[in-house]
Amino acid sequence: MNAALIVIVIAALAALGLGLLARKGHAMGLEQWTVAGRGFGWVFVFLLLAGEIYTTFTFLGASGFSYGLGAPVYYILAYGSLAYIISYFLLPPVWAYAKKHHLVSQPDFFTYKYDSRTLGALVAIVDLVALIPYLVLQLTGLGIIVDAAGYGAISKEVAVWAGAIIVVAYVMVSGIRGSAWTAVVKDILILVVVLWLGLYLPFHLYGGIGPMFAKIDAAKPGFLIFPAKGMSVWWFASTVLLTALGFFMWPQSIAASYTAKNARVFRRNAIFLPIYQLILLFVFFVGFAAVLQVPGLKGGDTNLALFKLATQQFSPLTVGIIGAAGVFTALVPGSVITMTAATVLSRNLIALAKPDMGDDEVATVAKWAVPVIMLIAVYFTLSGNQTIVALLLMGYSFVTQLFPVLVASLMKRNPVSTPAAIAGIIVGVLVAAYLTFTHATVGKLMPWLPQMIQDFNVGIIALIANVVVLAVVSAIVKPAAKAQEV
Amino acid sequence: MVLARWLAAVPFIGFLIGPIVHNQSHPFIFGMPFPLGWVTCWVVLTALIMWIVYSIDPRNKSEDE
Repeated sequence: MNAALIVIVIAALAALGLGLLARKGHAMGLEQWTVAGRGFGWVFVFLLLAGEIYTTFTFLGASGFSYGLGAPVYYILAYGSLAYIISYFLLPPVWAYAKKHHLVSQPDFFTYKYDSRTLGALVAIVDLVALIPYLVLQLTGLGIIVDAAGYGAISKEVAVWAGAIIVVAYVMVSGIRGSAWTAVVKDILILVVVLWLGLYLPFHLYGGIGPMFAKIDAAKPGFLIFPAKGMSVWWFASTVLLTALGFFMWPQSIAASYTAKNARVFRRNAIFLPIYQLILLFVFFVGFAAVLQVPGLKGGDTNLALFKLATQQFSPLTVGIIGAAGVFTALVPGSVITMTAATVLSRNLIALAKPDMGDDEVATVAKWAVPVIMLIAVYFTLSGNQTIVALLLMGYSFVTQLFPVLVASLMKRNPVSTPAAIAGIIVGVLVAAYLTFTHATVGKLMPWLPQMIQDFNVGIIALIANVVVLAVVSAIVKPAAKAQEV
Repeated sequence: MVLARWLAAVPFIGFLIGPIVHNQSHPFIFGMPFPLGWVTCWVVLTALIMWIVYSIDPRNKSEDE
């Protein structure tokens, strides 16, 4: 067993131990298990909300994206900041409503606001279709990380199974508390590893950040700016706006917001979360540092850019520490996703078929749904099913379709009626699915438009269709005239 | 509150305008190509703007809530 592997195994066991310990002193009823009894202060809420940025995607995807495509990766840094501005205004009213009505899941919010369990169930289905591929992505990333950082000593299959078992164990025992505690270790590890890699590699290999970019600019002109067509500046602008809207529509983000003990937590966090995001900049630096050092990675292999460069530059012990950070970036978001999916399945779908379920029964069913959800994800991960890749692309546009309906429900007088909300989400989701599966772009669909509009993110079409249906159906079936309770 | 909302809208334009108007690698900002340096500056500016928004928002004065 090499040094790297020992460090990785210790990290995995530490995650398990910490996740299990997190339960201490709390009886895990539904509200404790799902939203920690709404008692978290700003640190835990901060870490849970920031968790979205530090998934395996950050580690492998963002560095691979910089390495493979260059400038378009800059969009990641922009959309998060804008999403946090939105959160300042969006999360406090959502949180207050959730507290008042004892909501524990994101579909609950729609069920109560629109007084429709059907809408809640629809949102739950959309959530599950978006969440499971996201979980598959974490497991796939875990396999790649353990394989690369362990120098191939542990197969991807073993890594995926081990990770799945650890997550299932601590999620079933400790719920959201397990995720919050492990998130502390994850964020400290990743902060140290990414800052250090992002500075050491450019300085050691190129003599600094500026010299590194100057060399890349000379070797690959145009790589550091947006291309004239395709992923152009207009793609950048439209994608940043669209993803900023979708960011807090993920059911795990809304559920994480329920854990806060007061609304000020969100407003305060909106100041610090943008700065915290700058960590991503250092991940970009690693990806860019790899461009001239480990050239030739293509397609999916670009995700290996970080580890290829790391194994070339560092001792096994150091690679092991990087791998340990990577393992945490898979396990922690994986645990939040699993728990959210299990809660949604139990509370908003199974309870619909069996309306007399009490909170305790919902909690029990949700806990046993955890291994079921995980087995489905493990199956897709190990079978390497290609459809899942398409589903993953769709996930973000799916949850984005919830934005108009949610925002409308926060207005003093909701202009959207319940049938309109259901129709709008269904149309938005179907259009998004069609666009993803046909690899459509605005340019392909409407080649007569100016180039600028042709480059717009195609997801905008789904959102426009959604809003048009919302307006038309609300005009036909008018919302109840009563003023909303907030 | 109205002022706070307008202030919070500024980064939505700020982030996007730089790369649209000047999509060139030079001049470098803090050693980074122009579009990346621009976006990085706006991340910091966003935090500052949200700090101002937080301070002028009367809802943050009360302890309860």
